Amino acid sequence: MPHPFVVHPSSEGDLTVLGLEGYLDAHTAPEFERAVQEQVDAGRVRLIVDGAELKYISSAGLGVFMSFIEEVRERGGDIKICGLAPKVRQVFDILGFHAIYDMLDTRDAAVRRFAEAPTRQV
Amino acid sequence: MAALEQRFTLHVPSSTQNLAMIRDFVGNVGVQAGLADDDVAKLELAVDEACTNVIEHAHGGDRTKDVVVRAEFDEKSLRIEVVDTGHGFDPATLPEEPLPEMVAHRRSGGLGLRMMKTLMDEVSYEIVPGDRNRLRLVKRLSR
Repeated sequence: MPHPFVVHPSSEGDLTVLGLEGYLDAHTAPEFERAVQEQVDAGRVRLIVDGAELKYISSAGLGVFMSFIEEVRERGGDIKICGLAPKVRQVFDILGFHAIYDMLDTRDAAVRRFAEAPTRQV
Repeated sequence: MAALEQRFTLHVPSSTQNLAMIRDFVGNVGVQAGLADDDVAKLELAVDEACTNVIEHAHGGDRTKDVVVRAEFDEKSLRIEVVDTGHGFDPATLPEEPLPEMVAHRRSGGLGLRMMKTLMDEVSYEIVPGDRNRLRLVKRLSR
């Protein structure tokens, strides 16, 4: 059986929060991609991805973050990542994601970062 | 007394649906080999990346093909081989582009190989044209 993966969308003011739960690999990455695409298509480009319930991520999941970030920033938004467990955070760090993405400890901190820096300049 | 070498093999249809089973398989072998939890997680991720490349690129989504994962260990190292019969493709030939440039060019290929090289002590690839391809991952064991 594949390991389960669920995306929980919600709102935080004018920000969209995508809560990730479970295992994000090449099998489940298309589901995450659809969830982000849905928001972008609806013009919601201020996105927080909350990974507090994320148990596992492979490069297929990281590729989804990479494939949307340019478009989202060009449209004045951003993807900010928060809540990752140390084991999952380590995978983002291996590829140097902190150089590209704002990565915060909590959802509240991600909301505050949007107020300070709506679009991160790389 | 000579240390006993232990060998394990998993054959699964080439589908991303089976990545969880592959991770469980190599994770269990890692535990038996005496890896710490952190290294078991690294092993699972490295083999996931290797098998994802096979399923999506070498086999191009053809579920009639098999992915074969062989694992063996002794007191010195844990060796994993991922064998496929798809299009031979040496991932080492991919350019190592810095992440910001990859993002700017909207590319995300080659991340899996980068991950494997970071997580494992050795990564090598062998293509036997018309027969099979074999990716070899090695984790040294310190006891």
